[in-house]
Amino acid sequence: MSDDEFPEEDLELEGQEHLAAEEATLYAETSEGAQELLPRQEVGDVDLRRETGAVLRLPEGNYINPDDIDIERRDDETMIINMGPQHPSTHGVLRLMLELDGETVLRTKPIIGYLHTGMEKTAEELTYVQGSTNVTRMDYLSPLSNELVFSLATEALLGVEMPPRATWIRMLMVELNRVSSHLMWMATNGMDLGSTSMMIYGFREREMVLSFFEKTAGLRMNLNYIRPGGVAADLPDGWQDDIEVICDTIMARTFEYDELLTGQPIFRERTEAVGSLTAEEALALSITGPILRSTGVPWDLRRTMPYLAYDEIDFDVIVGTYGDNFDRYSVRLNEIRESIKMIRQIAEKMPAGDYRIQDRKVTPPPRARIDESMEALIHHFKIFTEGFRVPEGEAYVAIESPRGELGCYLVSDGTSKPYRMHIRGPSFVNLQVLPVLLRGGLMADAVAVISSVDPVMGEVDR
Amino acid sequence: MGADGTQRRAGGHTAVSNVSTTDETAVTPYAVLPEVPRLADRLVDQLAFPHRDRYAEMVEAFRSGGYETCADLCAVDYLTHPGRTLPDGVQAERFEVVVNLLSLSQRQRVRIRVQVPEADPVVASLVDIYPGVDAMEREAFDMVGIIFEGHPDLTRILMPEDWEGHPLRKDFGVGRVPVQFKEAPGPR
Repeated sequence: MSDDEFPEEDLELEGQEHLAAEEATLYAETSEGAQELLPRQEVGDVDLRRETGAVLRLPEGNYINPDDIDIERRDDETMIINMGPQHPSTHGVLRLMLELDGETVLRTKPIIGYLHTGMEKTAEELTYVQGSTNVTRMDYLSPLSNELVFSLATEALLGVEMPPRATWIRMLMVELNRVSSHLMWMATNGMDLGSTSMMIYGFREREMVLSFFEKTAGLRMNLNYIRPGGVAADLPDGWQDDIEVICDTIMARTFEYDELLTGQPIFRERTEAVGSLTAEEALALSITGPILRSTGVPWDLRRTMPYLAYDEIDFDVIVGTYGDNFDRYSVRLNEIRESIKMIRQIAEKMPAGDYRIQDRKVTPPPRARIDESMEALIHHFKIFTEGFRVPEGEAYVAIESPRGELGCYLVSDGTSKPYRMHIRGPSFVNLQVLPVLLRGGLMADAVAVISSVDPVMGEVDR
Repeated sequence: MGADGTQRRAGGHTAVSNVSTTDETAVTPYAVLPEVPRLADRLVDQLAFPHRDRYAEMVEAFRSGGYETCADLCAVDYLTHPGRTLPDGVQAERFEVVVNLLSLSQRQRVRIRVQVPEADPVVASLVDIYPGVDAMEREAFDMVGIIFEGHPDLTRILMPEDWEGHPLRKDFGVGRVPVQFKEAPGPR
């Protein structure tokens, strides 16, 4: 086209005005305010440096070269897109805003809160007896870890000693839960990477563990099995046989996963050297769990700060080397094997005795006693209406959940309801690693990286 | 192939069981700002109560003393429970910011509790010392309304952007506000 036919300047001006107006309308319609990833020109240099990756905020000596951050990149070369909250690969309702240059991810901002149900506020309205029903719904893939940390914190404030059988039953159940949680992760990670057969296998094996939970506690998920004062019920008759079948089957199947995934060239191409993380970055960002261990830091609370009776059984802490997707995969796969090793030892060493403490002020009396004893009836009534009083004080208890350090900070004012309950969710903290892992990678790898972080949105948003 | 050109084994490797416990930079927790009031606690190695002016300084001292990571940060509203146990010389205020630091090399935890007055709920941000507190400080701001001075992006994280009030404050009612949907006029 020639200049005569189309006066170029006018057209350009008109077009720009039109575009600007359209952009403003679009922005007003879709913006939820400052939570979002801002366009480049609205972000100052310092903020951009911070935003471009949390690496930039590491303590002295770890600063990235500012020339590497594309600060001079013109805004019209990049594009901010929205991923989620209903994206199938975000494992729930995680929403990411990604700034892309072509297919390369430059900046990322996770936006959370879509599953916030105010569980910490709810906990202040429930008694300690009811509390474990609430916390079990946080990390819905490892509900027993939530119940355990809440119970341990409550018992720390009460100052009661658990009977050994209760401790060992708790350990057994939590390790089984770790197996089922990691299997679920392997399944969804396989699906994200295109291996739908892994998805089916992972769910199939997980079902074995959940069936055992159903047999023991009556429910497959959200069990409310571990409670302050012990566990809800003793293990069912013949539990050793069930455990043996579960252990043998899943152990054998993990070697099938090796054949299906570990040695498969496509899987390795998509995981090796994708989303690498260093140990310094992980520690600075408070990352815990398999992600921290994949960077080579042998930090596992079961070993380094033992709780329950983990110091009495033999297991290895699995670590990786490069902190990439493949290391995170292999750490989790081998943790399944370690957990099975532990479950076998626990089944062997399971002591006899009570499965909950016999303090009638904390745990209800057996059903049969209520018919015979007025006192038992009163205790039963008091526990389920008023709950038990917990001495004034505060406690922070941390355990190793399948995702990392799961902490419970409990403040008691001497009544039967927690004054404040704060849960340190490992997924919530671990999500901060996403901008670091995704930066400079390809959009197609984003799905694999999100999956390898293993966020459970129920725990992130609580 | 791994980064070093060798075929990587299927399972990473199993670790040496121990993190080194002899660290030259290690300090005993009591050596850090010894004039700050402390309380003995059964579960934590150290429970310190610095004034909020010295809070960042104390955390910084722990950071350089081998506390590599900040495990947790949260805020508590003590509106209806003012008579809690505090060491001598610490003035009880309405809010408390509670920080749990973790030393991997010494296998120790410290807990730092800072009193924050209602009239001026401002404390220094730890983002420059521990970048990982970014989300936790945003959560404490969102839920309890503590303002962290120097935080790069202090916005709501769990509640919607246009929410009014801070839900975990004790004077924020529960069960009375109906569920609010975006665009729908709320009762606020």
